[in-house]
Amino acid sequence: MSTIEIRKVTKMFGDFTAVKDADLKVAAGEVVCLLGPSGCGKTTTLRMIAGLERVTAGDVIIAGKNMNELSPQKRDIAMVFQFYALYPALSVGQNIAMPLHYEKLSKEEMDKRVMKVAKILHLDTVLDRLPGQVSEGEKQRVAVARAIVRDPNCFLFDEPLSRLDVELRHSMRGQIKEVLSGLSKATVIVTHDQLEALTMADRIAIMRDGLIEQVGSPHEVFAKPANVFVASFIGTPQMNLIEANFKGYGDGKAKVVFDKQEVTIGANAGVASLKPGKVTVGIRPRAFSVASRDTKDTIDAQAELIEPMGAETLIHARTITGGDIRVVVTRDKRVKVGELLHLVPDPAQTHIFDESGKAVRA
Amino acid sequence: MANSTSILEWLGFRKASGVTEAGWGHTLLVGIVSFIYFLPVLFIIFTAIKPQDLALSVPPTISPTSLFGLIPDQYVFTPTLENFGSVFSRVMTPGGSPEATGFDRFFFFFIFISSVSVLLALVIGTFAAYGFSRYPLKGNDTYLFIILTTRMLPAIVIVIPVILMFRVTGLSGSYLGITLLYTAFNLAFTIWMMKSFFDELSTDVEDAARIDGSSEAKVFLKICLPQVVAGLAATFVFGLILTWNEFLFALLLSNADTRTVPVAMNQAVSSGGRGTDWTLLASIETLFLIPVFLVTFFLQNHLLRGVTFGTVKR
Repeated sequence: MSTIEIRKVTKMFGDFTAVKDADLKVAAGEVVCLLGPSGCGKTTTLRMIAGLERVTAGDVIIAGKNMNELSPQKRDIAMVFQFYALYPALSVGQNIAMPLHYEKLSKEEMDKRVMKVAKILHLDTVLDRLPGQVSEGEKQRVAVARAIVRDPNCFLFDEPLSRLDVELRHSMRGQIKEVLSGLSKATVIVTHDQLEALTMADRIAIMRDGLIEQVGSPHEVFAKPANVFVASFIGTPQMNLIEANFKGYGDGKAKVVFDKQEVTIGANAGVASLKPGKVTVGIRPRAFSVASRDTKDTIDAQAELIEPMGAETLIHARTITGGDIRVVVTRDKRVKVGELLHLVPDPAQTHIFDESGKAVRA
Repeated sequence: MANSTSILEWLGFRKASGVTEAGWGHTLLVGIVSFIYFLPVLFIIFTAIKPQDLALSVPPTISPTSLFGLIPDQYVFTPTLENFGSVFSRVMTPGGSPEATGFDRFFFFFIFISSVSVLLALVIGTFAAYGFSRYPLKGNDTYLFIILTTRMLPAIVIVIPVILMFRVTGLSGSYLGITLLYTAFNLAFTIWMMKSFFDELSTDVEDAARIDGSSEAKVFLKICLPQVVAGLAATFVFGLILTWNEFLFALLLSNADTRTVPVAMNQAVSSGGRGTDWTLLASIETLFLIPVFLVTFFLQNHLLRGVTFGTVKR
């Protein structure tokens, strides 16, 4: 079976811990994205799976076999690098054929396989050119072709789309997803682009400072962020994270004080077990509805900056005590700068995080 | 500014979409500067083909041809190849018959010594540089620094210990000794040069090769080496020029039979007690110029070509 599993994997560079106790399982046919800001250890994790870095502690298991002591060439993997890493002196065709040389195939068989992947990735017309003579998008596809030409245990992608322009990135995302779906291999993709992760992954592992903060489906990490970091990292515009004082819970509602405004907002039943004290309330910009002036329990904020985004409008508003709130409203909702907004958060999309930053859920 | 612009225009510069394009003035200017740089070489070559008695004539003869009457006759000399003959065989004692000077052998062995030491240093140094670049040791920089000390210190400082070392090992005055010494010198230079070329390479390509199934030896030979060909060529040429110019160590460590050309040149010119024979010196120098000139000429494309072209964009 083509699976990847890492167990309590740790990587130290001298005194610096790049990855700490990372656990992750990738099933056959599953695409998992390692997502996080730069320097969070996601690429190091990928390189440990590939065998390009040794693990300091823990186990890397590919296809049920412990790979800790095996060099990359013995792990039977395919990897696509951020900078493509094409062999400069070899033609596109020879680049794609490179991994096949070690399988001792006949010339005809090799040509057949190269042609097959070249057709899938629309590279059949540039096979004779050198990497320096093809476009960025083609280079990227050559890198993918070189990875899928063999039948490896698993696929690893390191920031595969980061060098492409927006339009190409969009179409390549679809192409890679399509190619991968036909292969039923375990795949790990490293990216810092949440849109890439949300669209391509079956599951996303969000990393920060060497720790995996949450693993879940794109829907889960968006709808049920495990902590403040995940909440702030996933979703654009960023989730509003408001420091507040939690007073108590009753009747499906939490009583909180934002600076001086005391409001009762809908919250999940898990909040009942929370002791009064400092909390962070997370509300997505799209989870607000703008209510009329006499509605009770609203968060009041004055519109300061209005950014039309096409279908929606992003409003930067300021609360009485100076807190920043981002609100997204539909295009037809006209708001003027300086207008006082009475905002009602959607209880299903209101997250309460305790003092340590962990989400409180039922 | 307006004034300087008009001067540039007067010199033939043209403006094309903001970038100054080369006109005839520009070409002329570069031509003059190049000529000044080439003048010493030209001077030596002309002296080499002058009749011996015109070498120190006043006014000096400056051209083998009158350039269609452009240069007055008193500045023109009749070229001769006689001086080149006397490099290899000439009258050494007053009233004697011509004798072989041994320069044919000096040239042959010096070309041999230089090429062998530079090539040997290139092979060993490239391996060492790859090691220093890819598999750093504890205290890597310290080792690199120590390697450089032989090149960094003034030669005069280390020449005495080296003479003593050669005496003890019995290498003094042998071609083997000089070859080993030059290899050691070139090694320091090669390691530093090649390490910087290896450092420039993207390790991604090497990692990709590892994942594609290459062994470490293949990564080095098939992936890294082809990318540093330009570096190898440059290191070879610079090493050759350094070796070709070396005088001090050769003077002190060779004997009458194993002289390198720079040493032999010095001794040939000052021997005989008739003062300096300038035309002889110029002809030896002209011959001395040819090998390095040829190597540089044939490797110039490699020297100019970029190390990698568009493979890894950063």
